[in-house]
Amino acid sequence: MKCRVCRQRAVIDVPRHNANFCAPHFLDMCRRQVTRAIADFDMLTTADRALVAVSGGKDSLAVWDMLGDLGYTADGLYVGLGIGDYSDVSAEYARAFASERGLKLIEISLRDDYGYDVPTATAATRRVPCSACGLSKRHLFDKAAIDGGYTVLVTGHNLDDEAAVLYGNTLRWELEYLARQLPVLPARDGFPKKVKPLVRLSERETAAWCVLRGIDYLVEECPIAEGNKHLGFKAALNAIEAESPGTKTAFYLNFVERVAPLLAGHALPDDKALQPCVRCGSPTTGELCAFCHLVSVASVHEPVAVELITGKGSRR
Amino acid sequence: MKVLLRNPRRELEIDGPRRVHALLADLALNRESHLVIRNGTLVPADEELAADDIVEIRPVISGGAQ
Repeated sequence: MKCRVCRQRAVIDVPRHNANFCAPHFLDMCRRQVTRAIADFDMLTTADRALVAVSGGKDSLAVWDMLGDLGYTADGLYVGLGIGDYSDVSAEYARAFASERGLKLIEISLRDDYGYDVPTATAATRRVPCSACGLSKRHLFDKAAIDGGYTVLVTGHNLDDEAAVLYGNTLRWELEYLARQLPVLPARDGFPKKVKPLVRLSERETAAWCVLRGIDYLVEECPIAEGNKHLGFKAALNAIEAESPGTKTAFYLNFVERVAPLLAGHALPDDKALQPCVRCGSPTTGELCAFCHLVSVASVHEPVAVELITGKGSRR
Repeated sequence: MKVLLRNPRRELEIDGPRRVHALLADLALNRESHLVIRNGTLVPADEELAADDIVEIRPVISGGAQ
């Protein structure tokens, strides 16, 4: 196989583009896709102060690396979830990435700062692990961005992530969720602007970016996410993609371009009776926000070892 | 060739030579969900892997519910 651009030996095939690339031209392709996503959806400018939600996995480290490569200024935020060795190792990857590049990494620990961890919250709430994990991360990312004066919160969600969520929401015709599934969510009272610069790159491509850029990342999957619906949707879409390359791209990007505008009226109103949480001040529809409620339940629960939760990602 | 797989981490010994796409098909692995790395270098689908190569098949699927 030869590179589509220079005819030198290719290192990767990209079936959705019907192309093969050498390392430099693959990296150029990734830069073009991210540059286009940033421009098309008005994500950020070099004047922005960006905060990247960093997990130590390939996507968050790739997006942090690409933003720097493209001339943007971005700090990182790592949330220690307390998922046993998995979290310990993921923190090491995030710290190593930041320190090798002289980047600022802010760290928050659920256990040290809020008195619980994801396995314990899972047991305390009797819900799937991804529920407490996602709630905690969303709240803490938003809060850190607002408190730190950042103008935009960046996440590493890629094309596969977005296509999988879209697939799940479409199977159930969740119109309110579909209407909000955009690459950019604008800032509003108490919430930062949120952007997803990797929506035009598949996760195979973000992983290849990391390999070719020499970025060490945590390859292992979260031990308690195994079997969740999101991963099942990804597998289903990849089975289709293998037969019909480009389907994921068309599914998601055509949704954003053609369908999302038609659904605008179905989104929950942004000002739906939001008021400050009586405990933390974050916007919420009740007295106590969902995060503070989670803290109140999980922080008084006996700590639970990750081994007792492993494999419970599937819906119970 | 020696083939390293992840999640869970394990090693297989597989006869070579064999092309990347054939190796993935033999292992029932989707090309869209994996990178193939030979001796530390990415290789594309039609690359021929030799009997003495050390090959990592790295899954790229990640993420819990959002």
